[in-house]
Amino acid sequence: MQFEIEVNDEHVIARRGETIKNVLDRIGVKVPTLCHINGFTPTGNCRLCVVEVDGLPGLVPSCSHPVEEWMKIRTHTPRVLKARKTLVELLLAGHPNDCLYCEKNGRCELQELSYEMQIRERKYQSRRIPVQIDKACPSIERDPAKCILCERCIRVCNEMIGVGAIEIIGRGSESRIGTTYNKGLNTNACVKCGQCITVCPTGALIEKTAIHTVLEALNNPRLYPVVQFSPTLPAAIAEEFNLKSTKDVLNIVRAAMKKMGFRQVFDISMAADLTLMEEAAEIAERIRTQEGLPFFTSCCPSWVRYVEELKPVYLSSLSTTRSPQQIMGRMIKQYITTSAGQKAEDVFVVSAMPCTAKKEEAGKDFIKDTQVPFVDAVLTNREIIKLIHLMGIDFSFLEPEPEDSAFSIRSSSGKLFGMAGGHLEGLIRTLHFQMTGQEMNPLKIQDLRGLKTRKEARIKIGKQIINVVSVSGLAHAKHLLEEIEAGRREIHIVEVMACPYGCLNGGGQRQGADEKSLKSRMKILYDIDEEEIIKAAHKNPTITGLYENFLGKPNNDRDREFLHVSRVARQEK
Amino acid sequence: MTGSGTPKLTEFLVEKVVKNYSGIYDKSTAELLSRVRREKLSQPAIFIGMGSCGITAGADKTLKAVETYLTENKIKADIIKVGCMGLCSAEPLLDVQLPGKTRLSFANATAGKVDDLLNSVFHHTLPHDNILGQYRFHGHEEWPGITSLEELPFFGLQYRMVLKNTGIISPEDIHDYLARGGYKSLFKTVLNYTPEKVCEIVEQSELRGRAGGGYLTGRKWLVALETGSDQKYLICNADESDPGAYMDRTLLEGDPHRVIEGIAIAAYAIGAKKAYIYLRSDYKRAIVILRDAIRQARECGFLGENIFGSGFNLTVQISQGAGAFVCGEETALIASLEGGRGIPREKPPFPAEKGLLGRPTVVNNIETLANVPAILENGPAWFKAIGTKTSKGTKVICISGKGVRTGVVEVPMGTRLIDIVNTLAGGIKNGKQLKAVLLGGPSGVFVPPQDLETEIGFDTLQEIGAGIGIGGMVLLDEETCMVSLSKYFMEFLQKESCGKCIPCREGTKRMLEILEGITRRPREESSHETLERFKGVVQLENLAEVIRDTSLCGLGQNAPGPVLSSLKWFREEYEEHIFDRRCAAGVCHDLRTFFIDVDLCNGCNICQRKCPENAIIGTVKMPHFIIENKCTGCGICFDSCKFNAIYFK
Repeated sequence: MQFEIEVNDEHVIARRGETIKNVLDRIGVKVPTLCHINGFTPTGNCRLCVVEVDGLPGLVPSCSHPVEEWMKIRTHTPRVLKARKTLVELLLAGHPNDCLYCEKNGRCELQELSYEMQIRERKYQSRRIPVQIDKACPSIERDPAKCILCERCIRVCNEMIGVGAIEIIGRGSESRIGTTYNKGLNTNACVKCGQCITVCPTGALIEKTAIHTVLEALNNPRLYPVVQFSPTLPAAIAEEFNLKSTKDVLNIVRAAMKKMGFRQVFDISMAADLTLMEEAAEIAERIRTQEGLPFFTSCCPSWVRYVEELKPVYLSSLSTTRSPQQIMGRMIKQYITTSAGQKAEDVFVVSAMPCTAKKEEAGKDFIKDTQVPFVDAVLTNREIIKLIHLMGIDFSFLEPEPEDSAFSIRSSSGKLFGMAGGHLEGLIRTLHFQMTGQEMNPLKIQDLRGLKTRKEARIKIGKQIINVVSVSGLAHAKHLLEEIEAGRREIHIVEVMACPYGCLNGGGQRQGADEKSLKSRMKILYDIDEEEIIKAAHKNPTITGLYENFLGKPNNDRDREFLHVSRVARQEK
Repeated sequence: MTGSGTPKLTEFLVEKVVKNYSGIYDKSTAELLSRVRREKLSQPAIFIGMGSCGITAGADKTLKAVETYLTENKIKADIIKVGCMGLCSAEPLLDVQLPGKTRLSFANATAGKVDDLLNSVFHHTLPHDNILGQYRFHGHEEWPGITSLEELPFFGLQYRMVLKNTGIISPEDIHDYLARGGYKSLFKTVLNYTPEKVCEIVEQSELRGRAGGGYLTGRKWLVALETGSDQKYLICNADESDPGAYMDRTLLEGDPHRVIEGIAIAAYAIGAKKAYIYLRSDYKRAIVILRDAIRQARECGFLGENIFGSGFNLTVQISQGAGAFVCGEETALIASLEGGRGIPREKPPFPAEKGLLGRPTVVNNIETLANVPAILENGPAWFKAIGTKTSKGTKVICISGKGVRTGVVEVPMGTRLIDIVNTLAGGIKNGKQLKAVLLGGPSGVFVPPQDLETEIGFDTLQEIGAGIGIGGMVLLDEETCMVSLSKYFMEFLQKESCGKCIPCREGTKRMLEILEGITRRPREESSHETLERFKGVVQLENLAEVIRDTSLCGLGQNAPGPVLSSLKWFREEYEEHIFDRRCAAGVCHDLRTFFIDVDLCNGCNICQRKCPENAIIGTVKMPHFIIENKCTGCGICFDSCKFNAIYFK
């Protein structure tokens, strides 16, 4: 139902059930907020979005107050502005004075608001209670002193990820965000997805940075630093540096990496092709024996951790194939030790990922004989961008660098890993070929595309119907598991991405991405698929070559080092 | 417990009394009723006020003394434990009734006085010093020369409807309540009225919520009734946490069945099958009594399945809160009941539409519910006749502080505040002057003497910027430091803030810190600190305004009340604290400046030795002196001087 209300003396249309903020957003009236995130339960914590409504005694938070017919709203009266300014001043009273040294300097919402509100002094003084920074976690660093208790992270962790690793503890002015038994994030159920980082308005949640380690490695003459990057990186760099996201961006990124001092640059998508080959073989086997279904993908480390930690009954359903990052790391080390004559421990593999959980994953696997890690350091896309700034790379002066290294040929399926549904799409292409010996036609699966957190499709492979589901956002995976536990039996393959819409919205991506930028990131990857000639993993000549000369048959990695892992529930470790 | 083991009596009362709401009884029923009501006695009856307030004052020792007295003197008498009749300052209260005579009430009946007291009754040597008065019963012989309780100023002004039975009947025995017409309204309601009709009757009576908000109860019920749902809930809010408010406890300990009957009627009206009574876990005695009362009501068929054969089912469950102040707020209460953190949420949606577990839920204050049986019994017109134009009925008020008498009273709406102070409380103790009255608990406002002509009512009080709140009334005398008291309440609220919204979490903390700055004396004050203190006061009002404007729930919105009202009426006291660094009432220890009277000081040297700051100098047997800027105002010297030579300004 529609009706008319008044906003700042203008008549506007409102709909029943909307909040005041919904209306304001639609008509382009901006009100500040530190706690609200679109699509999540409004809590009304920060009160910064308050507006004046004729007839109501106090100011009303627009984020959570439903709009009603009789309302006459004023959004920027002196009373409202004074209230907002005082609220920010109150927040600043106990906030550390270290903006210059803060990770979020320049991108902090509190800082921005304080500037907007014309705050020029610390009006209220407060004794600060010393708090410890939680830095033991390999992925996320948490500084409670900078926390303003907006509860965005809590809501994301509860409503989107469904883990609930953090919660408010204490009351009143002693409230703070706490973890289980007040121990670090590394000891509780946190899956390290980093979604909390992307919503944190201040510097209270940041990734555990590896920039210094990487810098050291780049300048260590003994080491041979190489970098592998994920399909999401070119789009992230294009967004940051306003580059046209054409095919050339990839080569410009390659050039930038070389400029920074990486000896070789690898595209992880080749390893993604390997993952697809292995997984397809696994699935074909499981479908044949009708055991271990539904099959769950395992390229998302947060999802793997979620299963290990909270749902160990599904461990046997998880794919045993390693994630592309780990496969690529292992391959690179093997390749460089044999081709460039380096020792495995001297090869320094850096991955550039849209993900914070990959930082933890990198610490899991070591080469059997030498105990050298597959991957030495993981940088998030945010960090890589920072490193590019730091190294003074100017893109306007860069010449696109052609693909030169080994493993540079990859199918577009490997690129589709960057978003939810894409992995599955690539997987089915190869599975179809492996099961029937014929190419799928058409290759595109429309049901698995689009900005949705749950996508389902029924695929005909030969005479069989294969039911596949793609879920992103662990909370949605949780719902799917509940459905399966309640007796849903027909599903064959489930692709899970911890972050909503997949890696393109990962915890290591630029903060505050809206739907528009997510869609454009998605489009870039689909465009590549459109233009690419090699569209499936099994068509990639590098892959076929690798299997012929080195790996044997898919799903036949006998010493389980290169391509497969054995999984153990966390409780049993 | 008397009588609970007599199923025949219960059956009789249910059949002949509860189900006969004409009120006309045959002779044998009337005879039995007067026995159960203890109007006709076969042996003496002794009533002891065993509410928590009575027990604190020593009622359990009194009880033992009474038992000993009776065995020693071989007197056969019934001992009945009753709740508190409201005059808490006169506890322990002891009533004695001899067969055929009126019931006598004794004040301050501590264990040591019991023998003397009971002797005077049994040997007819009245009056006695501790006598409070006598009850008037029709057809009973009065004690000569003893005033009737109704003539006492404390009772004269009251209109006891909610507290009608409190302190008179045994809360432990459902028969006491039944014999006085209990559960008749419930019977009448579930058999004769549709839920819509009940909502209509209550709305017509213009009963407004007694927890401060003042929303029409009947209308709230109707919203819940009309919201479709598979399950609805009724919650009785007895989570009273205001310092100085204890009416919920008094009611539960004195007349629990009135509350249960009100709950049952309300639940019927909104279509709820499940009701919760949410109260603090530290109300131990109230919980015991209430639990037993619920059991008895269930055994009588007033709760449970198919009540009175009407098809109406109701389970009542007690839920204990941990005592957080904010859990009195309905959405926080619901969150706590659901097992979450007791934090409020934004309204709307109101609980009547979306409450406990997302279902329509009515949260009513216990006093509101206790009004309901009487409204259904006597009709809305009767109820509307009590009170003022906009506020109907009565209000239970807790008087505490510096009054001569303190306790729980019930007055009709429209009673002037000054009458409560002067007549009910009997003025201020020790002949002191009244400085102000704090209305509405820790987040209430101070009302100065000139505003005390105001009548109690939702709108009248709003005109002077106050609110009745839950009904707490603290009387303050001239020795009160308003700054210190405001600081005390701010500290309370700051500790009780849930921490969810910024203005309440950070704002109250800052206000408290500013108030602390005003009342504290830094050892060596730099000019910077002085400036900060001056600035702080300017900020106080600004902060108070923003907190009131933007806080999420009532706790925050009302938190600046004491500070704002004391700033309004007692601004000079703040100025004195800030500029003169002086607290006239001598309450703010840090600001006291001590002096030694040279005429009285004999140089005993004790103060010099005790002073932790070495601020006192002097030779033995010669008058000593205090170095002013070394003195921190701790007062140790003042306390240790045996010659009253030390004084402060």
